[in-house]
Amino acid sequence: MTTDSHPKRAVGLLSGGLDSTLATMMLLEQGVEVLGLNFSTGFCLTDHRRAVNKEKDPKRLRNEALRCGSDLKVPVEIVDICNKEYLGILTKPKYGYGSAANPCVDCRSFMFTHARHYMDEVGASFVFSGEVLGQRPMSQHLNSLRIVESESGLNGRLLRPLSAQLLDPTIPENEGWVDRKKLGRISGRSRNGQMELAERYGLSDFPQPAGGCCYLTDQSFATRFRDFLKFQSPDYEPQYEDFLLLKVGRHFRTPIGAKAIVGRDASENGFLERFQENHWVFKVDGFAGPLTLSPDAHDEERAALVAGIAARYSDGKEETEVKVHYGWQGQFDKCLSVTPSSPNVTQAWLLQ
Amino acid sequence: MKTKTSLDVLGKLCPIPIIKLAERMKVMEPGDTVTLLADDPLIVVDLPAWCDGHGQELVRLEKTGDHYVGLVRKTA
Repeated sequence: MTTDSHPKRAVGLLSGGLDSTLATMMLLEQGVEVLGLNFSTGFCLTDHRRAVNKEKDPKRLRNEALRCGSDLKVPVEIVDICNKEYLGILTKPKYGYGSAANPCVDCRSFMFTHARHYMDEVGASFVFSGEVLGQRPMSQHLNSLRIVESESGLNGRLLRPLSAQLLDPTIPENEGWVDRKKLGRISGRSRNGQMELAERYGLSDFPQPAGGCCYLTDQSFATRFRDFLKFQSPDYEPQYEDFLLLKVGRHFRTPIGAKAIVGRDASENGFLERFQENHWVFKVDGFAGPLTLSPDAHDEERAALVAGIAARYSDGKEETEVKVHYGWQGQFDKCLSVTPSSPNVTQAWLLQ
Repeated sequence: MKTKTSLDVLGKLCPIPIIKLAERMKVMEPGDTVTLLADDPLIVVDLPAWCDGHGQELVRLEKTGDHYVGLVRKTA
């Protein structure tokens, strides 16, 4: 906290979901000036839907944090944190993963550390979030909330307005900058307390709770994520593009280690096209089929297995043998005759 | 003297155009304007919302050919 900070100014982590919106409204009601902070991790489901253009209605893909800022007249700063440091947390989290590839405690600590720096930069006195005690299994039980507060260096300056009366009093409460008695005592996974508050505030336009919007909590993504890490050399530093690719298409790992990625529809094929530069690309001769990529089909044995998968998802899947052209960076300077893989085989190799 | 600048974020998907705009606005003076060129259709919902939340003036936002042109004036 800087010497010229304002006691009634706070930085709020704002996703635009119901909880962070309510937390913001509770503090605005107490006369606190709120500056919103929203983190772009690169793993947001909505951002991904935008990227592959699967949703045509702009309102359904709006940035909810910006929408919330607009509704409440709160400026929202979006911070892109998908950098080397963040990717390092994803691959080697100090506090481990949740049920999928979600290192929620480390991720939250990282975000709140950023928020602390921003708090100092804008002369705010504390940080708040819409977290609810006991709502999420990994990141919102009491011990996790304490770890995140400690790891971020926000000791005493991290307020969770929705559950505040169930938690230890924070500096803004002790100093009287906010009235603890007007804060919430919501806990658990039930949304009843939030719905009551929403009704009290006359809130009707907010995204329906969907259990998070992060790819890292998706089991299918997690399978691909773990497979990716397993096949990298220990000194390789993953890039964001590596993880971006894990979100799209069907992914296969053959018994000899060759990887294949097959687009599922036109939008995914379009998305995969941008990765041709550093992949082997496969195309079935004379039959329509999806774009098929492989990062490691560098010998004929591997290429033949990937070609078989490409053939399996082409219109030539019933043929006894098809020709498949392939090459590095989509040059198609090589050709193999293969039998399309059987559905049982591709199912066994599918990463899901 | 008020300055007019432009910001080309063609090919960038939201929220990147908004992040770039916010960075630019920080170094502008009140009354200065920036013309934003973007082709992510989501700019039609995100740009007005950002301006509204930040109290900045969205002078106009229109589609020109295959992209969008937004004019934003810094108010404070």
